[in-house]
Amino acid sequence: MSKHRDQTKESISIAITGSGGAGVMTAGNLLLEVAAQAGWYGLMVRSSGPQIRGGEAAALLRFAQVPVECLDDRFDILIGIDWQNIHRFADEIPLDAASVMIGDPDQGEPPEVFVARGASYAQLAFKQMAKAIPGSWPNMIALGLAAGLAGLPIDSVKAVLQKSLKKGGGEKMAANLAAADAGYAAAANVPAVPRLAARTGHKAGASNAARWLITGNQAAGYGAVRGGVRFCAAYPITPATEVLEWLAPALPKVGGVLVQAEDELASVNMIVGSSYGGVPSVTATAGPGLSLMTEAIGLAVAAEVPIVVIDVMRGGPSTGIPAKSEQSDVNIALNGLHGDAPRLVVAPNSIADCVTATQWAVHLAEALQSPAIVLSDQYFGQTRAVVDPPADLGLVAERLKASAGAEGYKRYALTESGISPMAIPGTPGTAYTADGLEHNERGLPSSQAGDHMRQLDKRAQKLAQYDYGERWADLEGEGELAVVTFGSCTGAAREALARAAAEGIKARLVSLRLLSPAQPASVAKALAGAKRVLVVEQNHTGQLYRYLRAEYDLPGEVRSFRHPGPLPMRPDEIHQQITEWSRS
Amino acid sequence: MNTPAAAAPLTAQAYKSDYKPIWCPGCGDYSVLSSFTKAFAKLQLRPENIAVVSGIGCSSRIPAYTNCYGFHGVHGRSLAAAAGLKLARPDLTVVVASGDGDGYSIGGNHFLHACRRNVDLTYVVMDNHVYGMTKGQPSPTTEPDWDSKLSPGGTGLRTFNPLVIALAAGANFIARAFAGDPNGTAEVIAEAIRTPGFSFVEILSPCVTFRPEQREWKQLVRPAPVTSTEDAARAARRIMTDDGMNIGVLYKADRKPYQPPMGKGKKHPSDLEAEFAL
Repeated sequence: MSKHRDQTKESISIAITGSGGAGVMTAGNLLLEVAAQAGWYGLMVRSSGPQIRGGEAAALLRFAQVPVECLDDRFDILIGIDWQNIHRFADEIPLDAASVMIGDPDQGEPPEVFVARGASYAQLAFKQMAKAIPGSWPNMIALGLAAGLAGLPIDSVKAVLQKSLKKGGGEKMAANLAAADAGYAAAANVPAVPRLAARTGHKAGASNAARWLITGNQAAGYGAVRGGVRFCAAYPITPATEVLEWLAPALPKVGGVLVQAEDELASVNMIVGSSYGGVPSVTATAGPGLSLMTEAIGLAVAAEVPIVVIDVMRGGPSTGIPAKSEQSDVNIALNGLHGDAPRLVVAPNSIADCVTATQWAVHLAEALQSPAIVLSDQYFGQTRAVVDPPADLGLVAERLKASAGAEGYKRYALTESGISPMAIPGTPGTAYTADGLEHNERGLPSSQAGDHMRQLDKRAQKLAQYDYGERWADLEGEGELAVVTFGSCTGAAREALARAAAEGIKARLVSLRLLSPAQPASVAKALAGAKRVLVVEQNHTGQLYRYLRAEYDLPGEVRSFRHPGPLPMRPDEIHQQITEWSRS
Repeated sequence: MNTPAAAAPLTAQAYKSDYKPIWCPGCGDYSVLSSFTKAFAKLQLRPENIAVVSGIGCSSRIPAYTNCYGFHGVHGRSLAAAAGLKLARPDLTVVVASGDGDGYSIGGNHFLHACRRNVDLTYVVMDNHVYGMTKGQPSPTTEPDWDSKLSPGGTGLRTFNPLVIALAAGANFIARAFAGDPNGTAEVIAEAIRTPGFSFVEILSPCVTFRPEQREWKQLVRPAPVTSTEDAARAARRIMTDDGMNIGVLYKADRKPYQPPMGKGKKHPSDLEAEFAL
């Protein structure tokens, strides 16, 4: 299936900014819902300053009539409800001469960094307009304005607001509907942006019934449940908390439980305990939590207890940049355990894939009696998007269990597949002790060379021999140049390749979903005939690139293209790499 | 707590495995193991319905010496693993074995929160005031002047009073036992298992190798001169003022155990999709 297409000509990007309390995120979320209601696809990335409340905030939106997976290179429209500290978003909101800024003259002039980029500026007195409609808020004016500029139908705005404000009562709804209406009407007075004008012909009406509005964190939580998870131990951490907050009410509905732990050491050990008890289990965390969890993940390797750890990556090292994205936990996910400790590492490559990849990770962990790390990131986790629902793969937890009274039961018996039947407490006649100490086949501690060698082999081979099927990567396109990437860089890479294709440059995309264990044969096949390999990732040292160089025989010339977060990987920068390299 | 067996009564021997302990001759932990199996026999629990969970240290080797399901995890985290197991599998009887290093030092935070969370677990800490497995370093319960290679001349630090901490943190059942009295200890463990909620049993278990002077404990221990109380303030006064040698159940309350309803919800995962649908 080729997903190559040039989305740049048919999408619109809008940033709504303001200081905390201005209602930026509310306006952005409602705008996304309006677009969804109108039949569009779209996404909203949240960006905010470090303050708990009251800091600068930006809702970064992109809409199209086809699914969008990444932010565009630039923004068409920047709306400033106010400009307090908004200059801090200069890098995250690229503007150019074709962009338009709309600000409230009572809130001062737009920041110089934006003006310097040549964007035109139009004024709209959000605050005064809202004041004139008692009970309304400036962000509702901004919502109407953005919808008007984007060419969204006013009926969709009204439908969304009516649904959303139902609880607030008649007066509140009437006021804010009026405010949105006023903002919508004001769009006519804003100087048309050339690219924008061409796009206002969008037609509403595509069916909504079969689409979802979902964040990657919700999606990962749902994927876990779909895969059969019924226990979660939770410790809050930005930007993974929403996975846990979604699971908290969801698990009891399907017969499961979520418990809050005292720290990440406890949360991961709790799920090792619950899974040892036979219940498929998950936790979610971010880099600092993953660091703390590594010892117990190693225990899960040694004791062969399936667990799933969802790591929503953020800027690192240490506390780093908690609320912003970076793909810099590749090293710790792949190598962060002591000893020779094979483990599964699965990376979703879209928001919808957060469902599927997590579901698959649960299935693999259970089938292979192994820990699985799901590498999501803040971009996926906290971005809300309109997506086509991912099909249920029917991949659920299927653990090979020992039956009662199994004769001469050996928990860690050496088998051809490396997988040995696991006795679940309560089963008579098969009691054993799960152990992080090296052990013999019975599970009894052993420091003998032979036992160590056999169990190391067993644990390595069960992962190496398993047939992972086609799901190990998404392969698209063809050509002598191959872009190899993973996770949230995939959307930008896909778009870059589409642009290159439109210019006659052929290239193929390899988006890795299974990072560990390495799949040398599959990669060799996918890259057969490639003469140039561009490895794209969002971190400072090229963690994926180094891993690929270590594990694979990559054909031809191999280059690393990378930059750290929090700036997202954008289509244009990958496109430039491709075109420059192709022409050289 | 699981249901007692209906068939022929199980003896203490039925709960023992054929695996030989690594402990030094004379170690108090042998007696504690025997108290475990006696307590299980007293309650007539099916071995397969018991899980013995531990961390790292001499005392934490206990699980494999029983014929029950065992979990020998990482250092200090036994209470977390045990809580996960019990919450996911409320039908099991979960007993946790630990020591003063594993339980009070590296696992100290989990101790606080296990008391507070009050999951129906029995937590048995074999306290010998020393790290034995690493061959003789001071633990949180070691006397400040105890000389060792790692702390020449002693740590100079006051000792940790685990019973007071358990009480302050919300443990529902607090007892002290002595390894030299395996029958009495078995009684206490059985009562701890029988009592819903988080039960904490501190067992004075001599380390004859690194703390040979602890052989004298058998002359020093005595039954607590008073019966157990439900009054936390009274219990606190007693625990804080005794010399650490009073044996018996010292505090017992009836706080409701923490057990969110596992397995109650009957929805299918796809029923959850409605909240995402446009």
